[in-house]
Amino acid sequence: MRENLHRFFRAARGVGVHVSPAESIDAMRAVSQVGFSDRIILRDALLLTLAKSQDEKLALGDCFDLFFSQPEPRQEQPEGADQGSAQEADQASSSGAANDAGGSPQQELGPLAQMLLSQDRNAIAAALASAAGAASLSDIRYSTQRGIFSSRILDAMGLQRLRDELDQLTATNPALAERLRAALDALRELVRDTVSQGLALYAREEAENLRNEILRNAPLARIERRQVAEMRALIRQIARRLRERYSKPRKRQRRGHLDVRRTLRRNAAWGGVPFLTAWKRKHRDRPRIVALCDVSGSVAQVSDFFLLLIHSLHEVVDDVRSFAFSSHLVEVSEILESKSPEEAMAEIMSKVGFGSSDYGSSLVDFEKEFMSTLTPQTTVIVLGDARSNNLDPRADILRRISERSKRLVWLNPEGRLAWGFGDSEMPRYATFCSVVRQCATAQQLERAVSDIVATYQ
Amino acid sequence: MADQKASTSIEAVESGLAAQGYIASRQIATAVYLSQQIEKPILVEGPAGVGKTELAKAIAAWRGKKMIRLQCYEGLDEAKALYEWKYAKQLLYTQILKDKLGEVLGGAQTLHAALDQLHDFGDVFFSKEFVEPRPLLQALEQPGGCVLLIDEIDKSDAEFESLLLEILSDFQVTIPELGTVSAITPPTVILTSNSERDLGDALKRRCLHLHIGFPEQRLEERIVESRVPGISQTLRRQMVGFIHEIRSLDLKKLPSVSETIDWARVLVLLQATELDTDIVKDTLNVLLKYEADIEAATPQVTTFIAKAARSNVFG
Repeated sequence: MRENLHRFFRAARGVGVHVSPAESIDAMRAVSQVGFSDRIILRDALLLTLAKSQDEKLALGDCFDLFFSQPEPRQEQPEGADQGSAQEADQASSSGAANDAGGSPQQELGPLAQMLLSQDRNAIAAALASAAGAASLSDIRYSTQRGIFSSRILDAMGLQRLRDELDQLTATNPALAERLRAALDALRELVRDTVSQGLALYAREEAENLRNEILRNAPLARIERRQVAEMRALIRQIARRLRERYSKPRKRQRRGHLDVRRTLRRNAAWGGVPFLTAWKRKHRDRPRIVALCDVSGSVAQVSDFFLLLIHSLHEVVDDVRSFAFSSHLVEVSEILESKSPEEAMAEIMSKVGFGSSDYGSSLVDFEKEFMSTLTPQTTVIVLGDARSNNLDPRADILRRISERSKRLVWLNPEGRLAWGFGDSEMPRYATFCSVVRQCATAQQLERAVSDIVATYQ
Repeated sequence: MADQKASTSIEAVESGLAAQGYIASRQIATAVYLSQQIEKPILVEGPAGVGKTELAKAIAAWRGKKMIRLQCYEGLDEAKALYEWKYAKQLLYTQILKDKLGEVLGGAQTLHAALDQLHDFGDVFFSKEFVEPRPLLQALEQPGGCVLLIDEIDKSDAEFESLLLEILSDFQVTIPELGTVSAITPPTVILTSNSERDLGDALKRRCLHLHIGFPEQRLEERIVESRVPGISQTLRRQMVGFIHEIRSLDLKKLPSVSETIDWARVLVLLQATELDTDIVKDTLNVLLKYEADIEAATPQVTTFIAKAARSNVFG
């Protein structure tokens, strides 16, 4: 049973629950207290000791159900085969009787063949489980490994010997060979199911990591429609990571004014002579962000993900004001706060999207109406390709924005090589930006936002 | 055999807590049983008002132990949580003992000899008599054990969590001047959190993690029954059914168990025999704590009452 628990821990790691050795020891101790007989109590005990959050509890609960339901499909499968060939079973009993009378050739058969012929489900299940252990099924990582693991398990169960026997029987006892062959097919199916289940249990995280890794480096602007939902999930994951990293209380700077009250109390032991000083804590700064996003053409998708990311950083960021523009500029903060990401983006698009971009007049719009949102604590982020269709770029407005704010960051989905060619105004704008970065993939997006937040730490 | 013992022990926990008026679900009882058996603290998470703090009180009352409570807040430090030196007493004693010190040191000829003699007294002023024990140290010093409730740990600073690690895993604290103080009897430790911030992995690893959500209808009825005995069965069913309907709405703050109990008390006070639209609308402010929530729920009241009544017939 201890072996089973160890396999369960591996499965738990597979679904993303962090199980350290110390936790597995705790779980072992808990299980030794409650025993295996009551499955609900066992489940509760494992959930209590291993899972560390509500999400993990859900994942682990599913994993538990999947893991401990494993023996069932193994038993159902032969049953199906049974019903399909009821008459064969009849034959089996009669031929078995005949064989007993005629010196019983069955006894010469190997253990696997005997097991298959006797249709002993429990024995088959047990043999399969031990063969799966011998083939170290819990090491399976990718779906392409299914074939090799299946054949390893069958080999471990003694397929080679069974094959030889089948060859012999085809000559001597065709009826028996036929039955054995049907049973072998059923067994193959069973093994395939077991391997699929193993894959579902142990390889989920690995497969997910691989897919996420590919997704993280895919260009956001050219992402396929079916991947959009996955990308949103990934962005949410990134947001959570950033939140966790930056929402922890920052180390306080003990500088500035003397805290007289605390100093006196602390030094009471020395008769009030201030050996140790206590300082008033310094006010903590949190980022205030103003985001200007180009939503024209190819940049729209990147802006979409960027806005989603910025607006899911509530814990880290004090205040976000978002503006979207193509030919003119509107504020979109409220739409993004109140609606789901899909609806919000659709509404923004219907308001300002799909025009040809005009950076000059959009900047004019911003200066006229929203210049007062900028404070010396604000970080301004502009996301766009700076392709203004040869219209006046009004870089002077960008200069004023830069002067009024703490930082001006420009994120450009295009590669550095394309800047300045064609109608790209990037070099002129870049003069006034504190930072200019390329931002085409989820990974670059994460780095860019992470840097922005980090400057406030 | 051990298995049999476990399930009966878990039932014993359930009935023990029930005797104190705390109706525990199976998970809660299992957690309490396990924390006792493998001596680990329980970290209880869940929305406000589902009875996280009550659990600690019920355990203390059931086992007949003292409950020591440490309420966490931002800026809580070891001087308030663990121990502090009694500075005033130290000062007073040095003043009183001044003459005595003169006598003792009077025999010494040189400054060096006086210093040596002074060393012989040891750290008189940094001994146990001058330590003011705060909740954590108090909990360790209870001879018969106790229930230590560390309430709303998520409100404290991250540094404070690290301070707790030693006490949570080994039931001991180290005071630099005195050495290590171990628990006489390991206390039962309950930590509660409203998930305002994510707690550190190191802290979580040392605890059993228990999540208490809103209870199922049946369980909540039992809770109301034990807390508000004066309420009739029909009304109890109706109001719990109504609250479950309310929880399906998107509200800022969903009514939790404590609100259910308050509402039951209010209904009993108003001598209601069954729910009707008027009485619900008049008392909705007991359940919902935001103006916007009340506005959102008011149009649904009649439908919810009907639904609750219908489920009543079938349930």
